[in-house]
Amino acid sequence: MKNTLSFAATLVAGALFGFGLSWATMIRPEVVLSFLTFDDLGLLFVLGAATGLNLLVFQLLPRLRQRSLLGELFETRPFKADRRSLIGGALFGIGWGICGVCPGPALAGLGAGNTDLLIALAGIFVGALLHGVQEERRST
Amino acid sequence: MIETLFPHGISHYLTGGLLIGLGVALLFIVTGRQGGASTFFSASWSWLIKTPFFQQPALLQSRNWRLVYAAGFVLGGLIYLGMGLPQEASAMPAWKLALGGVFIGYGARLGGGCTSGHGICGMASLNIGSISVVMTFMATGIATAWLFKSLGWGV
Repeated sequence: MKNTLSFAATLVAGALFGFGLSWATMIRPEVVLSFLTFDDLGLLFVLGAATGLNLLVFQLLPRLRQRSLLGELFETRPFKADRRSLIGGALFGIGWGICGVCPGPALAGLGAGNTDLLIALAGIFVGALLHGVQEERRST
Repeated sequence: MIETLFPHGISHYLTGGLLIGLGVALLFIVTGRQGGASTFFSASWSWLIKTPFFQQPALLQSRNWRLVYAAGFVLGGLIYLGMGLPQEASAMPAWKLALGGVFIGYGARLGGGCTSGHGICGMASLNIGSISVVMTFMATGIATAWLFKSLGWGV
């Protein structure tokens, strides 16, 4: 039962995210690029609304309850930026600036019928593979 | 001024952003998870590649829900399509999608997240590291888009 609920919530959460990206036209790479060239700053409202809502949720909910509705601990974000992660962020931004795609909109845009995004998704999988192979080499 | 900065208005941006936020909030409230999108692309390789990096517990333990979450993104787009809602065609050249995609995948994984993980979840967590990464990719994204535009490779 718990697994079913968790599955359903995760699928619905993803679908809300994907539908919201579509509604906000963020699945269209040209719109994202028009933000980066300051021709239409709408992306700020998309990010602002999504982040603002979750600022309330992430900050308040763990103070009100110890665990999520399904009894799991709330994930925290122990992430600390270092030189490598900032380089990663910089490279991510270069890719974002080249094609106006990010991982979420690539998935949602595919669902909305833009099959060209399969190319971007293949690229993202290759990039993630290269990262993993490089991490493997570093640790040996 | 408003029309110059937001030639398509702001209401669909706000509504879309709130729907995105509701998705992230739902996942957190019900399962306690922070819903970044990009780890999915590493976690999925764990089904195929049996090396230590791809078999690390963080990827193995999360790959199932990340797959469901990613399928949800596709489903959300499919529902939008199925409802016959307005959508303009995109004509991004394949070479840009391929080249950009590799940078995005490699960079997001090296950087520990993308626009959803660092952008929404990280900033909502008030994590200084995430905010630094967001500033970084905003800066290089803007610089790259302007460079491409000035070279005549823009949209």
